[in-house]
Amino acid sequence: MSQVPPARYLMRARDLVDSRYAEPITVDDLAAAAGLSRAHFSRMFTRTFGESPRAYLQTRRLERAAALLRHTDRSVADICVMVGLQSVGSFTTSFARVYGLPPAAYRASLPPASMYARVPSCILQRDTRPPADTRVKTAYGEKTRSQG
Amino acid sequence: MLMIKIASAQLWVHDQEAAMKYWTEKVGMEVREDVSMPELQFRWLTVGPPGQDDISIVLMAVPGEPVMDEATKKQVLDLTAKGFAGTVFLQTDDCQKSYEAMKSRGVEFTEEPHQMPYGIDCGFRDPSGNSVRLTQLAESWPNT
Repeated sequence: MSQVPPARYLMRARDLVDSRYAEPITVDDLAAAAGLSRAHFSRMFTRTFGESPRAYLQTRRLERAAALLRHTDRSVADICVMVGLQSVGSFTTSFARVYGLPPAAYRASLPPASMYARVPSCILQRDTRPPADTRVKTAYGEKTRSQG
Repeated sequence: MLMIKIASAQLWVHDQEAAMKYWTEKVGMEVREDVSMPELQFRWLTVGPPGQDDISIVLMAVPGEPVMDEATKKQVLDLTAKGFAGTVFLQTDDCQKSYEAMKSRGVEFTEEPHQMPYGIDCGFRDPSGNSVRLTQLAESWPNT
């Protein structure tokens, strides 16, 4: 029987980052998930994935922050916390280094998040729909009504 | 032939803020879209599982008049509270482990992990009453 490649154990750590980036996870937590000592884990992770575990976690958090800046109208401070970062100042600096603009400017350079909101037509129509008591009644006296 | 994919499915929720906190903090999903449009009294709020970027759950507030009359709105909220407004089927690699992690975060399970012909299965409800299944498919089960 062939042995499981070491990358399989390292993937457990990477999966943990991918799913729990919003929590205060540490390199020790990741090493434990991979079942390796901290030093050995960091070396193996960097060799296999081309960046350190800490850098991978930071990249994942910034990538999520960028997505939230594009697709939500949450404040920069909210987004900072949502992706597991503590300091808005450090977040702003790290984000600008990777994306070329601070978070607020990055958002301002893109179409507003509301462009992506798929507002159902029944919601859009309600502003122009006449009040219920003015609608045409059927022969049976029932008000006509369409469902959204 | 044109491909049609599932992008999102919708759950009715009684309170979007509570639903968002629950689905992210307790279930472990991430916010995908969150846009408030006060002029329409509408908030587009979606969550999805980290790592599965092309599918999401819309956490939709039950609208009032004139989209939905008050009696219907009450019926929808009542049906949702009873768990009859729909079910989300989630899948995990390890049902027991996911169950324990989610339980420790405060998810109230209606069924503990148990063996079924298709794998190991458990169930819980969200704060609005929506029924959710969490399943670890048996290795022999076709995942189609």
